Amino acid sequence: MSSGLYETPKIRVVGDRGLLAEYGDKIDPVVNKKVISIAIGLEHDAPTGMIEIIPSYRSLLIVYDPSVTTSSVLQESLSSLEKRLQEIEIPPSQTVEIPVCYGGEFGPDIQFVAESNNLTVDAVIRLHSEPEYHIFMIGFSPGFPYLGVLPKELHTPRKKTPRTQVLAGSVGIANEQTGIYPVTSPGGWQLIGLTPLKLFNPERSNPFLYKVGDRIKFKPISPEEYRRLAEKGIK
Amino acid sequence: MGAFLVQAPGSYTTVQDKGRFGYQKMGIPVSGVLDSFAGSVANLLVGNPEDSAVLEITVTGPRLTFLRKIDVALAGAEMGATLNNQPVHCWESFRVSPGDILKMQQVKIGCRAYLAVSGGIEVPKVLGSRSTYVVGKLGGYHGRPLKKGDILRCGEGTLLDVPRRLPSALIPRHSSEIVLRAIPGPQDDFFPEEGLSTFFKSEFTISTNANRMGYRLQGPSIRQKENMPASIISDPSISGSVQIPADGQPIILLGEQSMGGYTKIATVISTDIPKVAQAIPGNVIRFEEVTLETAYSLHMKQKKLMREIVRNVL
Repeated sequence: MSSGLYETPKIRVVGDRGLLAEYGDKIDPVVNKKVISIAIGLEHDAPTGMIEIIPSYRSLLIVYDPSVTTSSVLQESLSSLEKRLQEIEIPPSQTVEIPVCYGGEFGPDIQFVAESNNLTVDAVIRLHSEPEYHIFMIGFSPGFPYLGVLPKELHTPRKKTPRTQVLAGSVGIANEQTGIYPVTSPGGWQLIGLTPLKLFNPERSNPFLYKVGDRIKFKPISPEEYRRLAEKGIK
Repeated sequence: MGAFLVQAPGSYTTVQDKGRFGYQKMGIPVSGVLDSFAGSVANLLVGNPEDSAVLEITVTGPRLTFLRKIDVALAGAEMGATLNNQPVHCWESFRVSPGDILKMQQVKIGCRAYLAVSGGIEVPKVLGSRSTYVVGKLGGYHGRPLKKGDILRCGEGTLLDVPRRLPSALIPRHSSEIVLRAIPGPQDDFFPEEGLSTFFKSEFTISTNANRMGYRLQGPSIRQKENMPASIISDPSISGSVQIPADGQPIILLGEQSMGGYTKIATVISTDIPKVAQAIPGNVIRFEEVTLETAYSLHMKQKKLMREIVRNVL
């Protein structure tokens, strides 16, 4: 299967403060790795006037100060960076283990996920916790990781009506994606488990446990283990 | 030491500065004052740097009791403010003493008022900013809108020698019919000619679903090209992105949203975001197409105006 990588990035204008560079037309690790490389390159050698960069599945938004730079100057920085892509050193990705208590009150939709895919609940847990997932992007809420690629057997559509409140730590599935809600928020993903880890804590010296490009491995734990870890208030 | 005690918080009052930058890649939106012009001017009127933290007051104002002698200024929406039952004017500084009571009413013109105090509102910086991000429960005053009984502190500031006011010629005039200048894109290629012309030629009414995350509009439905999907692979947005969901009714995204999967037909230029901040449900919006070059020159004009205000007000 082709990665869907464009030969040259598609540049899109986002008002007078943004520039969107699109590198492909698919959710694919090859496209995403290119996005991450460019993002790292830009952060290392930040063009004047760049305020921040937001990498996503297959594109990168550069937010800039229009009193300092322009869209066309930044496009040039992007194309010169593209020529030096091989030289960009990508820091090794770390693998973060996330303990999850699957099913029951911890994952109220696991039965639905199992039934829609003709699986047992145990099979859902096994299939979900087997792979090491790539973090494609972080968004929606503080530290929410969009993970892939989810095994085909587990693909399940979002809930028809989103929940008004999803508990912080909930692990969910939406089509070919899986992710974790780091803060309590509304949400429409099918919830299959809960982690006692605090994924986002602004008071910690490092508020986040991972970054885009890192990997996540889920480790099934029992309700007793969940309670023990939650009580310990593990950071 | 406390600067004021909140006797009544108003409908939605938060602490905001210019915003939190550099964390959108971690899912934390910029937040910050929606009307950056009014926020900056309120600060300048009390002698603060433009980016000090202020109160952003939405629709209904609070009732505050001051606890120390400081200068205060209001800017933005007009909310019929009184100090000890005597009217105080928007876009002017005034001196308060311990025990003085500031009362603000329902908004008369506009939507959001900004209150600055000498030294700025003092709350801890979280990830580099004092702005409140309510969904993430972070920044500002304990990550939430103000409540009755809260006591807010102010930083070290110097009292003014003479009160300051913004010359009336520079006070923005709010209208219930708003023209927002916008640049097509980033996904304008998903719309046929007809969809783009509907967008730029029609009038839209602001629905009651309008807050710091975004403003939902009501008007003629904007159609996408038949062969294009209504939702795209989620990508980042910025303040001013106009998203067209499946029902064809535009949503102007604001500073508390950063990722989405609907196509964005156009982006409101940075100079006009304060107009969105002062618009309320029922107001009518029209979008006017401008080029990137026009947007840049309007931005520079606004910068120049701000520099003049700094020179003349300070």
